[in-house]
Amino acid sequence: MTAALRFDPIRLPEKCEQLRKEVRAFLAEEIARGTFDPFTPNREDTDVPDFCRRVGERGWIGMTWPKQYGGQERSFLERYVVTEEMRVANAPTRRFFVADRQSGPILLKYAPEHIKMDILPRICKGEVCFAIGMSEPNSGSDLFAAKTRATKTDGGYLINGTKIWTSSAHIADYMIAIFRTSPPTKENRRHGLTQFLVKMKQPGIQVNPIGQITGQFEFNEVVFTDYFVPDDHVLGEVDGAWKQATSELAYERSGPERFLETYYVLTELVRAVGKNPDTRSAEGIGRLVAQVHTMRRMSVSVAGMLQAGKEPVVEASIVKDIGTVWEQQLPHRVRDLAAFVEETATNRETLEKQLSFAIKTAPKLTIQGGTTEVLRGIIARGLGLR
Amino acid sequence: MAESENIVVETAEKIFSDLADAQTINHDRNGAWKAPLWQALSEAGLPLAWVPEECGGSGASLAEGFAVLNAAGRHAVAVPLAETMLAGWLLAQAKISSPDGEMTVIPATPKDRITQNADGTLSGRARSVPFAKAARHFAVLAGGTIALVDAAKCRIEAGIGLGGDGSDTVVLDKIEPKAAKPAPKGFDQTQLMLMGGVVRSLQIAGALESMLEISVRYSNERVAFEKKISKFQAVQHNLAKLAGESAAALAAATSAADTVANSKGFDDAFFLEAAAAKIRCSEAAEKGGAIAHQVHGAIGFTIEHILHRFSLRALAWRDDFGSESYWAVELGKLVADRGADELWPLVASR
Repeated sequence: MTAALRFDPIRLPEKCEQLRKEVRAFLAEEIARGTFDPFTPNREDTDVPDFCRRVGERGWIGMTWPKQYGGQERSFLERYVVTEEMRVANAPTRRFFVADRQSGPILLKYAPEHIKMDILPRICKGEVCFAIGMSEPNSGSDLFAAKTRATKTDGGYLINGTKIWTSSAHIADYMIAIFRTSPPTKENRRHGLTQFLVKMKQPGIQVNPIGQITGQFEFNEVVFTDYFVPDDHVLGEVDGAWKQATSELAYERSGPERFLETYYVLTELVRAVGKNPDTRSAEGIGRLVAQVHTMRRMSVSVAGMLQAGKEPVVEASIVKDIGTVWEQQLPHRVRDLAAFVEETATNRETLEKQLSFAIKTAPKLTIQGGTTEVLRGIIARGLGLR
Repeated sequence: MAESENIVVETAEKIFSDLADAQTINHDRNGAWKAPLWQALSEAGLPLAWVPEECGGSGASLAEGFAVLNAAGRHAVAVPLAETMLAGWLLAQAKISSPDGEMTVIPATPKDRITQNADGTLSGRARSVPFAKAARHFAVLAGGTIALVDAAKCRIEAGIGLGGDGSDTVVLDKIEPKAAKPAPKGFDQTQLMLMGGVVRSLQIAGALESMLEISVRYSNERVAFEKKISKFQAVQHNLAKLAGESAAALAAATSAADTVANSKGFDDAFFLEAAAAKIRCSEAAEKGGAIAHQVHGAIGFTIEHILHRFSLRALAWRDDFGSESYWAVELGKLVADRGADELWPLVASR
């Protein structure tokens, strides 16, 4: 029933504010040294390895993980602060972001000790990039239709098939992917898929970049041909990947990246309208700020639930549903409001460039990481409708 | 939620369930339910929850009172509980004792002004005052003065709001107040309106919770095309969106309430939280209410069905103490004045 929907007013603890200052100072330094331009929206195909290493040196990657694996054992709420500050600054976090958010936690839970000791500390240093191998040419939202086979052989598995829309595969060192180890059963169509750790940049794996409507080459087709994966690279239960997926979704779906992806256009709009906006601009900005504030309060609330050890899958799905729909609309609303911005506004060109990029980015936001339709299905199940 | 909040809310919930059941009220055309409900609420000390004991109230915390009002929204309570609580709170700001009986707050919109004349009397016109006709006293903010006014002395032009509750115009023509004291330093009409806005936000969020609940229940009962309508994906997705609106309203409203309850002073963060709650909850009332009606079909459009008790009140509450358009303009001005680079620090400070 609906009593399950709780969004308690969790506040970030005081110690987070010191951390926030440190992150802001660090980012200001990086901007000053020319590492990235905060006014240029996060070019997702931009890879800045040195920046990632310096973030690692600060201890801000894998910061919630145990110390023996290179982590800092800090809270999920502290990680939240680092993530949102990086996102708002348009910092180039692509190389470590996926590993930090979800690949690392999967390894922590399911990988054998020697693999954890090998890979996790390198993630924390900002040295390794992960990709996620889920979608295939004929299975996207319908994850359990995946056909790429993992056939048992001596000491491991041979992989054959194709993954697609795989972000960062062209720079990734590893991929965590699901492959078919058995056919689905009559009783359970989700049966038969297994999660694997895959080492990239090896013979037997071909990565073909795919151009996007933004002009970037950020996702890829990944073709496996008799590619060997050793037994100890199986993550979790053979044929039972479906049992492992759900709890991680709450982490993947409720973070600040789920409503701040196009936030930069709002900042530039405020700059463009100046100190004394007309009524129309003021109202438009006020409504947008009310939204971003509410989204953030919801997202922080879910972070608090995660920190408390809960599994707020429905709440996280709600955050991603309304957060991504909002960040998708945001550039269009800003465009509406920018129509009457004075020609003399000093940042007019910056705003126009940003809008152009954000409007082209917008369609993907409600698709990647779980489509709106899939999310609403999960919410409907939580409401007792399915 | 703290344990004390739980006890107060459970008391309120029990009274609402026993004496303000939406189905019963909806069929009682004479309003016979009103007196017993008010009496039970009064006996439990709820109308004067925000009045300290030394001023004649029950001295509950702000957080406890907010939780009661969220529950009142869930039951679409149609007696001036929120208004009396707010009036008692306003009077307590100037340490004026609260009388028994229904009260409401004047002014109830940001643009109406009541002024205090040189002889101490009060003059002005306040529109859209909720439950003015039902109130025995008014808590009035007139510039820097907070006053208690006998309702019988004022001219009241009765009206009915969108939700069917009183929404009246009150004219004060050189009215001598029963008590008048200076407002605390820095306390002004903006703060009163924001406090009223937080109250309305919690009520709207509560009404949306109920709209979600009765819509889900109905979709699991109603059969069309040989199956429950809850099994249609289009209906499921609409209800998922309603859940999102309900969740957003609840998050914005409880966050603002938490801010007010723990506030050390009136600042930009207070303003952001309270204004954003009123804006977001009002938007949710529109979007969420529309879905609840869509799911119910024609039956939800009948006076016999309880849905309108929630949907229309939520829409009506948008207008009290400044609409979402009003607060959006004010919030937009505040953000613009702080400048682009101070927007994120403001959002992140919460």
